[in-house]
Amino acid sequence: MDLNTAWFLLIGVLLTGYAILDGFDLGVGVLHLFARDDQQRRIHMQAIGPVWDGNEVWLLTGGGAMFAAFPLVYARVFSGLYLAFMLLLVALIFRAVSIEFREQVDDARWRRFWDWAFGLGSLVPAILYGVAIGNVVRGLPIEADGTLNVYFLALLNPYSLLVGVFALVMFVMHGAAYLAARTDGELQQRLARWTTGAWMAFVALYLVVTVATFFTAPYLFEGILGNPLLWILGVVLLGSIVYVPVAINGKAFTRTFLASAGAIASLVGLFGLSLYPRMVPSSIDLANSLTIYNASSTPRTLTVMLVVALIGMPLVIAYTAYVYTVFMGKIVATKDGY
Amino acid sequence: MELDPLFLSRLQFALTVGFHFLFPPLTIGLAWLLVLIEWLGWRRNDEDYVRAGIFFGKILGLTFAMGVATGIVMEFQFGTNWAEYSRFVGDIFGAPLAMEAIFAFFMESTFLGLFLFGRNKVSKAVHWFSILMVAVGATLSAFWIIVANSWQQTPAGFAVRNGRAELADFWAAVFNPSTTARFLHTMSATVIAGAFLMAGVSAYLLLKDNGKAVGSKTLKISLIVGLIASVAALFPTGHHHAQQVAVTQPEKLAAMEGLIHGQEGAPLTVIGIPSEEPPELNYAIGVPGLLSWIAFGDADAYVDGIEDLRQQGHPTPPFVITFLSFHLMVGLGSFFIALTGLGVFLLVTRRIDNSRLFLRLLIWSIPLPLVACQLGWIVAEVGRQPWVVYRLLKTSHAFSQNVAAGEVLFSIVMFGLVYLMLGVLYLFILVKKIKQGPQPLVVKEAP
Repeated sequence: MDLNTAWFLLIGVLLTGYAILDGFDLGVGVLHLFARDDQQRRIHMQAIGPVWDGNEVWLLTGGGAMFAAFPLVYARVFSGLYLAFMLLLVALIFRAVSIEFREQVDDARWRRFWDWAFGLGSLVPAILYGVAIGNVVRGLPIEADGTLNVYFLALLNPYSLLVGVFALVMFVMHGAAYLAARTDGELQQRLARWTTGAWMAFVALYLVVTVATFFTAPYLFEGILGNPLLWILGVVLLGSIVYVPVAINGKAFTRTFLASAGAIASLVGLFGLSLYPRMVPSSIDLANSLTIYNASSTPRTLTVMLVVALIGMPLVIAYTAYVYTVFMGKIVATKDGY
Repeated sequence: MELDPLFLSRLQFALTVGFHFLFPPLTIGLAWLLVLIEWLGWRRNDEDYVRAGIFFGKILGLTFAMGVATGIVMEFQFGTNWAEYSRFVGDIFGAPLAMEAIFAFFMESTFLGLFLFGRNKVSKAVHWFSILMVAVGATLSAFWIIVANSWQQTPAGFAVRNGRAELADFWAAVFNPSTTARFLHTMSATVIAGAFLMAGVSAYLLLKDNGKAVGSKTLKISLIVGLIASVAALFPTGHHHAQQVAVTQPEKLAAMEGLIHGQEGAPLTVIGIPSEEPPELNYAIGVPGLLSWIAFGDADAYVDGIEDLRQQGHPTPPFVITFLSFHLMVGLGSFFIALTGLGVFLLVTRRIDNSRLFLRLLIWSIPLPLVACQLGWIVAEVGRQPWVVYRLLKTSHAFSQNVAAGEVLFSIVMFGLVYLMLGVLYLFILVKKIKQGPQPLVVKEAP
């Protein structure tokens, strides 16, 4: 495996980590819009309170790693999708502060405002991530000289919106499974129903998206059918999807959550595998695509950063896992959240 | 009027980084003070320190959340608004940002969660370790950001190839000529910021007779730490930093010190009225020879002035802003030494509890270190102009060519409104938390 491929894989790992970890935060945020009462909303916030911040760092790390390893993708795509990124940033700002602000003032209207900020601040990114993936699959209009500028509304094409809804449903399933694992009694049953419902929508949309992708971007399917990795990821995906309702039935919600995480990971894996070695295909001419070779840093930088990542990330995973074990268990809602 | 995308992108960057930079100094300074306070609470088993830890921990949590919310923007803004810059420096500049995320962000945010929410879930040792890791993580975060910014000031360890700066020597790029000096100076500033917040809040607790036992202890710690940090910001770190600027960025030195014409035995200007184009300094009062001595350790040394550098073909930064920001920062720094010095004197002579005027002064001084931080940042960044990477890439060539001015205008208005709202809410909640004061300890059953 060459350095560029290693970095492609590593960024894939970071984005998978983000999708699994902040994915359930986003799902909890969307479910927040549908909560029954204040008690439940408090439980939502407390379920992610100690960990959401660390989860979001996976996105920052993905951004930083993209800058370090593939600066041309960072420069061209981020500026080319300017307004979409600004929208994402504002949503993430509101989400971050709403968790901190909500319990600070004992007033129903105040809480309602931050509940909405939290919910919409989660809903918008959840959809936007899917829309972004949809647009990458379709290809972005990269010119021969490498420049790119996409009008914001052009991003909201039917295929990408479909992927956006698919991503939303996936995060809701994931977040509901996480909450079900951390609650009990009637609330847990309610969340189990949400998980089941989201799972059904997820399966249906998965089929629709796959068919739509086949027609939208047939080039993605070229030459990967013989790749054993495709079949391994496919089996993991299928197994995870099938296992979700089985685990719900057995009231094993931690396993439901893990199965949903498996589905997310294998989906990101399939997405990466079909793109490889491209990072952002060009819709004008595939030859203009940004690839892991023409968009990358020098071998020296890639080597240094690979060493950094191989030392740093196991440490990160170790202490993150430790902190998760501390906060495992059922949530008891308290007023000030501490 | 034609909208200028370069001007708008600069305005947006200044706005977003300036607002963001209010919070990290407080976070870093408070985190280290809490390391001390939590240690005392744990080792001495002193309830007041534990209450102080909870009380200031909540302020830390609130401030940290603001830093995170506004920091996300920074991680992406180089790509969105400064695409040409990102393309040019990506091989070098992206690395410290990624290092910051891997070695610092994960650590601070993960352990902050444990610190804030885990007090009754983990042992006291692990809990103390968690705030230590927050402080270490926050400090590492500052280190990597300063590495990145210092490379813009004094680029090293690279070669320009294929139309971009490519990494040649990693350690030379990391420890470029200004990294160490700027890191140490900034760290002393963050401790001042944290100490002044803690001192001001403690003064409030004493004045309002709310949690006096807690307030008098945190006042003592924060004044002593504040005095040490205030002195350190001037000497050795400030002095060391000025010497480094004299050698590596003479244009910045000439502008910040107000030296128009180079001379031997250059004076250190204490006060003066600057004006732009042609750069002039009127009514200047200075100490002869002192600038030469500070910069080169020799009172007779020749120091280049703005005009000399221009004649040598080097563009110089905006004079008035650089000069005024620097002198205001130094003025504030001197005030910090005087104030904390007086505070420690009152502590030692056991008169502080009755010095109500002094306590009130401490409250009003809370924001001043943040002002000084902003001014220092302005000296650093404006003093580097017109370069975004010193003598390599001009700011005017760095912005995203493919983003329309109207789009940037839209995002400026949006960030402006959102940040205004966040700033007001932060102050509102901060004041509310401070007014509540430290709460009595409740004994919680272990779950």
